[in-house]
Amino acid sequence: MLSHIRSLALVFRHLFRKNITIQYPEEKARLSPRYRGRIILSRDPDGGERCVGCQLCAVVCPVDCIALQAAEDENGRRFPEFFRINFSRCIYCGLCEDACPTYAIQLTPDVEMAEYDRPNLVYEKEDLLISGEGKYPGYNYYKVAGLSIGGKDKGEAENESPPINPKDLMP
Amino acid sequence: MATITIDGKSYQADASQNLLQTALQLGFDLPYFCWHPAMGSVGACRQCAVRQFRDDDDTTGMIVMACMVPVSDGLRISIDDPEAKEFRKGVVEWLMTNHPHDCAVCDEGGECHLQDMTVMAGHSKRRYRFQKRTHRNQYLGPFINHEMNRCIQCYRCVRFYKDYAGGRDLDVFSSRNRVYFGRHEEGVLENPFSGNLVEVCPTGVFTDKPFKAQPTRKWDLSTAASICPHCSLGCNTIVGERYGKFRRVLNRYHHDLNGYFLCDRGRFGSAFVNSDKRSRQPQWRENGQTVSLDKQTITDLLATEILDGKKVIGIGSPRASMEANYALRTLVGEDAFFNGLSENDAAISKQIISIYQHTHIASLRDAAESDAVFVLGEDLTNTAPRLALALRQAVRNTPLEDADKLKIPRWHARAVADVIQHRHGPLHLASIAATQLDDIATSRHLAAPADLARIGFAIAHELDSDAPAVANLTSEQAAYAKQVAHDLRQAKRPLVVAGSSLGSVALVQAAGQITKALKQNEARISLIVAEANTLGVALLGDKSISSAIQEKADTIIVLENNIFRRSTDHLINRMLKSANCVITIDHLENATTQQAHASLPAATFTEASGTSINNEGRAQRSFQVVLASDPVQASWRWLRDLMVAANKQQTGAWETLDDVLASLVTEFPKLAKLSEVAPNSKWRQSSQKVARASRRSGGRTAILATVHEPKPPSDPDAPLSFTMEGNPASSSTALNNRYWSPGWNSVQALNQYQQEIGGPLRGGDPGICLFEKKRRQQRVVY
Repeated sequence: MLSHIRSLALVFRHLFRKNITIQYPEEKARLSPRYRGRIILSRDPDGGERCVGCQLCAVVCPVDCIALQAAEDENGRRFPEFFRINFSRCIYCGLCEDACPTYAIQLTPDVEMAEYDRPNLVYEKEDLLISGEGKYPGYNYYKVAGLSIGGKDKGEAENESPPINPKDLMP
Repeated sequence: MATITIDGKSYQADASQNLLQTALQLGFDLPYFCWHPAMGSVGACRQCAVRQFRDDDDTTGMIVMACMVPVSDGLRISIDDPEAKEFRKGVVEWLMTNHPHDCAVCDEGGECHLQDMTVMAGHSKRRYRFQKRTHRNQYLGPFINHEMNRCIQCYRCVRFYKDYAGGRDLDVFSSRNRVYFGRHEEGVLENPFSGNLVEVCPTGVFTDKPFKAQPTRKWDLSTAASICPHCSLGCNTIVGERYGKFRRVLNRYHHDLNGYFLCDRGRFGSAFVNSDKRSRQPQWRENGQTVSLDKQTITDLLATEILDGKKVIGIGSPRASMEANYALRTLVGEDAFFNGLSENDAAISKQIISIYQHTHIASLRDAAESDAVFVLGEDLTNTAPRLALALRQAVRNTPLEDADKLKIPRWHARAVADVIQHRHGPLHLASIAATQLDDIATSRHLAAPADLARIGFAIAHELDSDAPAVANLTSEQAAYAKQVAHDLRQAKRPLVVAGSSLGSVALVQAAGQITKALKQNEARISLIVAEANTLGVALLGDKSISSAIQEKADTIIVLENNIFRRSTDHLINRMLKSANCVITIDHLENATTQQAHASLPAATFTEASGTSINNEGRAQRSFQVVLASDPVQASWRWLRDLMVAANKQQTGAWETLDDVLASLVTEFPKLAKLSEVAPNSKWRQSSQKVARASRRSGGRTAILATVHEPKPPSDPDAPLSFTMEGNPASSSTALNNRYWSPGWNSVQALNQYQQEIGGPLRGGDPGICLFEKKRRQQRVVY
């Protein structure tokens, strides 16, 4: 008897609480920037593609839904010739973002990806690439890598000394 | 054998080895960089540190480099010793102070010995806060990419390039932490074995440049065991594929053949399989017009040309597989089958087969172990490059005996080199022009092919007076014959090399005579033929192109052969013009396909499995790795389709490669072993096929850009699957398509696949020698 009254009181009290349910889709929930939603490819501060096609996201992907092919441009920069994510397979685990050595691949708090046609869930590079830096501003992989590319010669990266002269005889 | 104690446990070990090799062989994960099983130890990298104890009572011991410690009875060491571990970790940490943050854009990543060793040694956090030294790179030609920042100064590259391969244009410059490995100025690397730097270098300083155009990780490559199609030696290779395209060739270890190294032609010569100029549609030419037809239409059309009553002749090919040649022979019949060799090549091949009945044939390993060599007429660097590399090792054998006398172990590379200095064992070259082996030759004799043969016979007479004498020798020639005969007689394991490149049967006969005249049990002969399956096609039929020219045929079928290379243009033109229908089956356009009425697109060695027979009569199977895009198919399948269309064979008689081989061995009992060369398509590893793709292969569900994946293709010809489904490894060495073991992602994982490091593969080396051989037991030559 007592428990019945207690339950009724609990329900009654909730009439005066703030609503937790929101009127989606008219109203949107706030998702944290770290939320694991739609995957994007970002660009470095200079506007170049961050992805260097190293294949680490593809290999770590537990459902193997990322396929890409690296290529090299005339400046020696590597980029993905194609980059394809099959979102009908993706489980949004975020391991690709963990594995990415250049902060190129990032998960975003966008979850509205439903499609009437399943083939539309296959995203190509032009669908994935954004024009900004995403969650990690300021990082430029080629500024820390030893590779020389157009506009950045050997010895010009962070923490590098100028190239040695092998014909130098000084001790 | 010696008993040694490692971390308190005793093991049996070979006393002629060093401790590093022994530890690796026993399954310990001991990191190393500068040691290489084919090049021995130099103790340069300080990575393989272990603690050695004097005796049971010694608890302090001392840190030593395992690669410089000879195994001896009672040796006590500790690999797990905390100080030794700390030392190894420290060494990697030093190496990493200057190593660039490049792995993501480095082609070595994922198969990098430095990555493996860093993980193995336990270094993970960078403490060094100062600047990294940098280097400028050099242009080293179209094959090798140079990225000097990644160097860890192990000296393996120069030890291979200069000491092992005899190169002169790669060296080490400068001092202290500025040490630089490169050429004195930019330029193409001259040595024909420069491609091995890719596998020898433990990091990404030297990488495969053609591969770099479309970089692919090792784990993403689908691979299969293959045989190099570029010369008659039949070196074993691993061919890699990704996204339906051929990507690269790697060395596949074979103890008796290529060992650890390939030549550049083998490594970089296969890009043609991706060529835009490949014929990919059946074509029909009539009245100057060319039309592309589909598979069914062209086979039906051609069936009328090969019906009974028409005279059909078939011209085989020394570069097509045994199965393809046999299929052609079945279609046209024994009498109308010509082996597609030039008249000379056919005669020489016949001669070689008869010589092989009574002499010991040298494998590449035998060649490397011989102690006196006479090369009669061949320019080996061009006709059989890997043999030239083997001879570079052979000339070390005589001076190596001095090192043995001084009790210097053969793995002690620097000490051995100090003993050898610049001395070479006897290598006599008799040729028509200068060769790239001249720098190590004891003597060179330049003469015309006929004179070379006379000298050969004269040497045979010197060695054995029963052999016929040669009249009218000049005094110079006689003296030369005496000198060569003397050196061959003195040797324990003499080797005579000749071949078909000069088109002289007499030369090969002379080489056979010399070998016969040599009294040593270990006297061997190595005879070089022109192409990958020259001996094989010669075993299937002995009529050459010259006999074909004399035939009056209605239809000529030319299998994977540009016959303009086999005779004079005039005769070939006359033959092709006189026929009503010329059918060619080939993968690239050539002068013959341009004259054909019908050309059928054939699969290349990467797209079809097949068996071939190398210069020593060793039958080996090469497996398909790239899927042929319809209507491209294996030559034997085209020939089968024609036979079925013309009602010469029942539908379903030849469905798989096994069916063709079964017919072949029934018809040629002497070749019965061909079907045992590699596991057949029914073979299973623990009831599964062997996977071409690796377990780590990525992108499975995104490659096809569809959400409904079709059933993966199946391979009726081999016990291999095209996907990662199946067994990742096989117990059959003929199917070995990848070297990997836990913690060892680089090619150095090979150590785990050998019975003893540098020895035969576990489970025996693949391939079957068709001619009887006596094996001699001797350790690998460093």
